[in-house]
Amino acid sequence: MAGILVYALHDDEGNFNKNSLGAISEAAKLAGELGTEAAAVVVGDVSDDGAAGLGAYGAKRVFRAKDAPEGLAQPIVDVMAKVISDEGFSYALFGGGLLGFEIGAGLTARLNAGVTMEVTEVKVQDGKLVAERPVLQDSAIVDVGYVGEPGIIIGRLNAFDANAGDGGSAEVVDVEVELSDWSTKARMVTRGEQRGADVNIEDAEILVGGGRGLGEKDNFKLAEDLADAMGGAVAATRAVVDAGWYPYAAQIGQTGKTVAPKLYLAAGISGAIQHKVGMQNSENILAINKDPNAPIFEFSDLGIVGDLHKILPKLTEAVKARKGG
Amino acid sequence: MKICCLVKEVPDAAVQKRIDSNTKRLDRSGEKNLNPFDTHGIEAAMQIREGGNAQVDEIVAVTMGPESAVRALHKAVALGADRSVHLTDEALAGSDVCATGYALAKVLESEQPDLVLLGQQSDDGECYTIGAVVADHLKMPSLTQVIKIDVADNKLTCERQAEYGYDTVEVELPAVISVGDAINEPRYPSLKAIMGAKKKPLDTHATGDVGIEADHVGEDGSKTQVLAINPPPTKEPGEIIEDEDTNETVEKIVAWLDERKLL
Repeated sequence: MAGILVYALHDDEGNFNKNSLGAISEAAKLAGELGTEAAAVVVGDVSDDGAAGLGAYGAKRVFRAKDAPEGLAQPIVDVMAKVISDEGFSYALFGGGLLGFEIGAGLTARLNAGVTMEVTEVKVQDGKLVAERPVLQDSAIVDVGYVGEPGIIIGRLNAFDANAGDGGSAEVVDVEVELSDWSTKARMVTRGEQRGADVNIEDAEILVGGGRGLGEKDNFKLAEDLADAMGGAVAATRAVVDAGWYPYAAQIGQTGKTVAPKLYLAAGISGAIQHKVGMQNSENILAINKDPNAPIFEFSDLGIVGDLHKILPKLTEAVKARKGG
Repeated sequence: MKICCLVKEVPDAAVQKRIDSNTKRLDRSGEKNLNPFDTHGIEAAMQIREGGNAQVDEIVAVTMGPESAVRALHKAVALGADRSVHLTDEALAGSDVCATGYALAKVLESEQPDLVLLGQQSDDGECYTIGAVVADHLKMPSLTQVIKIDVADNKLTCERQAEYGYDTVEVELPAVISVGDAINEPRYPSLKAIMGAKKKPLDTHATGDVGIEADHVGEDGSKTQVLAINPPPTKEPGEIIEDEDTNETVEKIVAWLDERKLL
């Protein structure tokens, strides 16, 4: 059985990650073209129904390792390496996300396997999978094929859409895996801690995103004033959230939220891939940045090269005047 | 305690990067610099040394790359590493992630570090992966994208942001940790350190010196193959306004917003 194996990440309540479900749907589609099977791996405390439910997204079988902990990569490398070897899977596929990168990389070493990351599309060519991967700040796209098996494919965030179809129930197969000595030397102390206020940015039609270009924490006031005037909310980049300038709940991108508002106004945001993947589907993108070479200008609809400390307050006043008038 | 910092020479951020259509590899000619993410790894090593919770005997910068990569090592030494190790060999050219991770693990094995630090990604290509590949070869625990490290009793307490918020993870040494740029502000090297960098010890190894099997590396030892290079889907470039007169700029923005019924 030369199938495709997908890792399905879940939170402490047992909810599966949207990107993992997308990867299962993608694997099912590709497996159909290859004439093979898509399957999933889950670890930790996942109920029978929860595991079998992945069948709706296209998994025929779900391998469950109850004793392996969720949330850290290396025990999952042990589990997936065993399932891939025992069952003869040809590919491992991951939806975008930090753990997928780590597990995929670990499998690369363990199984002496080829790996591609930040993959945006997978296609079948001559009976094999070929990964499409943008490189060099998305200025080129390379097609990458695999030499030998298995091939490891790590998707970019939101690359694969989850389709809950009528796949029915998956067969749940419990597996016992002896963890490697080094896999047990990292231990989760606390998982998924929320830092800062709980704000809602996903429902806003207008978002003002603030990045490091704001200069300091207090300058978020400029973004907040503009968002207030426009009737929108404020979002942030990972850099400023990690720096403690703004709450985690407002973060867009790789390990944050994905948004698609009517207007995304990027203030002092360079537009790194990790941020871009979380907001590129916004209907209108307006960027203000002092660096004319900032990547954000390559995918904004209107770009302003200038000092946001001068522009934002005046823009706020102008929007207020326009709305009041 | 001995810390090895993996560093990489990358094209300077200001240089237009391109892929050579003949070799299907990144064109690495032009200005180069030390991968900015790796400077955070060196700074993290320096802070562990200066923090006083662990006795750091040595910080060693390690790289794999052509002759020119020596400059990245000099920069790493100027930033605080005590000496450096350069793995360089024609046989390594064209190595993919799988082959590169294996080769780096081999050269690290020869150093027997207690901690390996590196930047979470490189400016020029492979994202997030090398640390975890190296760790599995070395049979060490590993964590990537770490933004805080505390050391005590031969153990690290690390923080990072993952899918559901911030995770705090305890990691036993020896370990491989890749760090994010939020972990610290790398210091500027002093003029004296820059001048002295070339005098610090530098060991150069070929593949055979550290037990790398030649058929595991290079283009032939790689497990992926670039089949084609294509331009990205074209997107109409947006309008760009240089702000000269801010009142005028703001007027233009408001008109643009109005046109799209966003006000």
